Amino acid sequence: MIMASEVEEKVVFDTESAKEVVKELRANFVAGKTKSYEWRMSQLIAMLKMMEENEPQIVAALRDDLSKPELESSIYEIAMLKKSCGMALKELKHWMMPEKAKTSLTTFPSSAAIVSEPLGVVLVISAWNYPFLLSLDPVVGAIAAGNAIVLKPSEIAPATASLLAKLVVDYLDSSCIKVVEGAVPETSALLEQKWDKILYTGNGRVARIVMAAAAKHLTPVVLELGGKSPVIVDSGINLKVATRRIISGKWGCNNGQACISPDYIITTKDYASKLVDSFKCDLERFYGKNPLESRDLSRIVNSNHFARLSKLLDEDKVSGKIVHGGERDKTNLKIAPTILLDVPRDSLIMNEEIFGPLLPIILVDKVEDSFDVINSSGMKPLAAYLFTNNNKLKEKFVETVSAGGLVVNDTTVHLAEPSLPFGGVGDSGMGAYHGKFSFDTFSHKKAVLYRSFACDAFIRYPPYTRGKLRLLQAFFGGSMLGIIRAVLGWFKA
Amino acid sequence: MEKEVMALRECYRSGKTKQMSWRRSQLRGLRDFLKEKEVEIFRALNQDLGKHYVEAFRDEVGILNKSLNFVFKELKTWMSTTEAKLPIIALNSSAQLVPEPLGLVLVISTWNFPLALSLEPLIGAIAAGNAVVLKPSELAPACSSLLVNSLPNYLDNEAIKVIEGGPAVGEQLLQQKWDKIFFTGSPRVGRIVMSAAAKHLTPVTLELGGKCPAVLDSLSRSWDKEASVKRIIWAKYGSCAGQACISVDYLLVEKAFSSTAVELMKVMIKKVFGDNPKESQSVARIINKHHFLRLKNLLTDEMVKDSIIYGGSMDEDSLFVEPTILLDPPLHSKIMTEEIFGPVIPIITLDKIEDSIDFINSRPKPLAIYAFTNNEVFKERMISETSSGSVVFNDAIVQFAADTLPFGGIGESGIGKYHGKFSFDTFSHYKSIARRNLYTDFWFRFPPWTNYKLELLETAFNYDYFGMLLVLLGLKRSRKRFHIN
Repeated sequence: MIMASEVEEKVVFDTESAKEVVKELRANFVAGKTKSYEWRMSQLIAMLKMMEENEPQIVAALRDDLSKPELESSIYEIAMLKKSCGMALKELKHWMMPEKAKTSLTTFPSSAAIVSEPLGVVLVISAWNYPFLLSLDPVVGAIAAGNAIVLKPSEIAPATASLLAKLVVDYLDSSCIKVVEGAVPETSALLEQKWDKILYTGNGRVARIVMAAAAKHLTPVVLELGGKSPVIVDSGINLKVATRRIISGKWGCNNGQACISPDYIITTKDYASKLVDSFKCDLERFYGKNPLESRDLSRIVNSNHFARLSKLLDEDKVSGKIVHGGERDKTNLKIAPTILLDVPRDSLIMNEEIFGPLLPIILVDKVEDSFDVINSSGMKPLAAYLFTNNNKLKEKFVETVSAGGLVVNDTTVHLAEPSLPFGGVGDSGMGAYHGKFSFDTFSHKKAVLYRSFACDAFIRYPPYTRGKLRLLQAFFGGSMLGIIRAVLGWFKA
Repeated sequence: MEKEVMALRECYRSGKTKQMSWRRSQLRGLRDFLKEKEVEIFRALNQDLGKHYVEAFRDEVGILNKSLNFVFKELKTWMSTTEAKLPIIALNSSAQLVPEPLGLVLVISTWNFPLALSLEPLIGAIAAGNAVVLKPSELAPACSSLLVNSLPNYLDNEAIKVIEGGPAVGEQLLQQKWDKIFFTGSPRVGRIVMSAAAKHLTPVTLELGGKCPAVLDSLSRSWDKEASVKRIIWAKYGSCAGQACISVDYLLVEKAFSSTAVELMKVMIKKVFGDNPKESQSVARIINKHHFLRLKNLLTDEMVKDSIIYGGSMDEDSLFVEPTILLDPPLHSKIMTEEIFGPVIPIITLDKIEDSIDFINSRPKPLAIYAFTNNEVFKERMISETSSGSVVFNDAIVQFAADTLPFGGIGESGIGKYHGKFSFDTFSHYKSIARRNLYTDFWFRFPPWTNYKLELLETAFNYDYFGMLLVLLGLKRSRKRFHIN
């Protein structure tokens, strides 16, 4: 374990330290320590044990860092990770097996397989909003695929970062899995090294820095970013259920500080007031009359983000549009669930990812106009949501809206389904993970072709003749008849 | 150029390229181009690289026809939505995966297989429904002109453009925002492409190169020995004169077997390439003076020239290098540290053939490893103890023709893969879709939070139907108790 700073003895984690870490991990990887099925299983089992024995501590750290409600910590961070580990434990043997590949006439006689092998030494850079899950979920994939790993948790969630550093040392194989704590200098030192893969969760600005650093070493990357995930709300639906699900995805997910939180709503002018009333009613039921005091809402992570969100609310063209909430507690970093109605499209709040408990509602004449609103920004979000009973609208939604993932009639649930790849497209990211996709993203799929010495296709060698050309043409044409004809023609000539 | 790129983006936004009918029409256009312009294609390849028309067919036109046939057959399946399995407890839900095009993509091609390496990625990009800009290599000018002048007659110019030019044009293109960049070339330029892509968060596929080793075990049967050597020398000299990313770069052989191997190679070279390969065009030319001189320097190097045991003659006027064999040049010489990309094969002798594994591992990961052996244990070790884009046993280069195998590198040899469905995938985004209905909800999904809700949620989450029942009946209690409220 390496910590960025101590009180008396300042241990600086610089380029040299980063180099040493990578050197050690690479030596252990090359020695084959992480390759065996047994090692991978042992680490996953240890991770499960770690969670079972430390759940209260994890929940406490998340409360420290984010005032995250215990239930959210238990379910959205710990239970999700347990599920990930469980799936990997169950499926690993199957995932590790080579896949047979069909071969065709062009390589006849031959057999082929695609073999999964670990990439080597990988770097996982995590985020602050789900600091436990987003650190260890990628690590599960990296372990399953047989890699050595450095995890760099976010310094903006320091209690969780420290806890992770301690738990990894106590439960996992530190010669192959290390946690490096720190901020920009330590991350930069890590990014200078050569990794076999980097998985980064965070924002677009830093993602560009990560990818540029990776380019120097031709390191492949997975970037899990964010965006403005829109929710289209049609009329003629079960409004109560829809509202609750939106609330659950917005304020129930770290108080809107989640990459797939509903960012803003689009609905028709006619339906807007019904929608707002429904929100008001359920928000009070869930969080009480004084949401600033509810223990079921995360706080804003730090004063920087609090200031950022305040700025969004205080902008002139927007401050008059608040129809619910708006209360703030600067000392305790709390902002109440806030709804804004009919905000201008050129406002600040509509031009950056909100990542907070503010929900603007954009109004359109017809619900079909929503698609233009979403596509006009030219940026593809991580998720997009639609509430409707109209099948034609659902089809158009799937066809026209490009995003990492779509959900019809709910929010955020696709994250929990391991048979679906979780990742973005365009500005919301590249690559995907979860379930088997995690294993695949940390593996190299090596093609293996077995050829026999029998049957040497003389047509591929010089001396080159017209006859060979005809045979080659037939051969690549793929039809048996063509080949027979060419062969007969060859004999005739 | 910005205007052109914007126009292509507008065309993409219109949705035209997403249609199956559009994709098929473009692929048919490519097929017609290959058929109707075959003579011009052969001529251009002969002009740029001195390729014999049979080699040109075998390595470029034929391969593309095969790929097109495969895509026509499979496209409908590839474009279809796949259902994702959901567990039973996800009542009244369904989930799918839908492939969609990335948008506007850039394909940067290279000079050694100027047709194949331009059109194979183009096939994938079109099949996946994208608008495309193709930049062929200026180092193969006849082929580049052919593509710029003829392709527009066969393809939809609103959605697919061919842009000619050198590094300056390349740089300009790299400054635009693309939804994907597919690059074939050297690791040095690969880094430049990826750095440019990073500014726009553009995903990349980089097909690079490396030193692909061939390992020749001491085979006993003469049939095996002959077939092996024939395939090795063909993979070295017979495909673009060794100027291929998957050419055999160097050969590893046991000391005891080396003289047999060398003698056999000399015999085979004469047999396969004839007495005058320059005239018979059975060996292609070096692409240009720059590369010719590069090869000359590798061979005239003080440390190396004494290890030439066959061939070695070079004709600058015709840019021709004779098939050449070196025996045990110094390992730190340039010819053993840089990708050769020419018709020269260094043979390195080892004490035991198993030492080849360490030899290969001490160097950057290659695009392919070719092992000629009947020893099953050795084959297993080669697969599990080395890392490369692919491994081929008892042959070389042919993996390029397999539609079901991913073609791509790892580490210095590249990022990403293509061929067959992998081409379609590399130019697609697989969008996940989760569908639920609005009938009802698990009431315990919403705050205010209590321990009871926590227990129920945990069981629901783990798809533990039975556990949920127990909790509801009050028969199961959670081990932990939080101080909630």
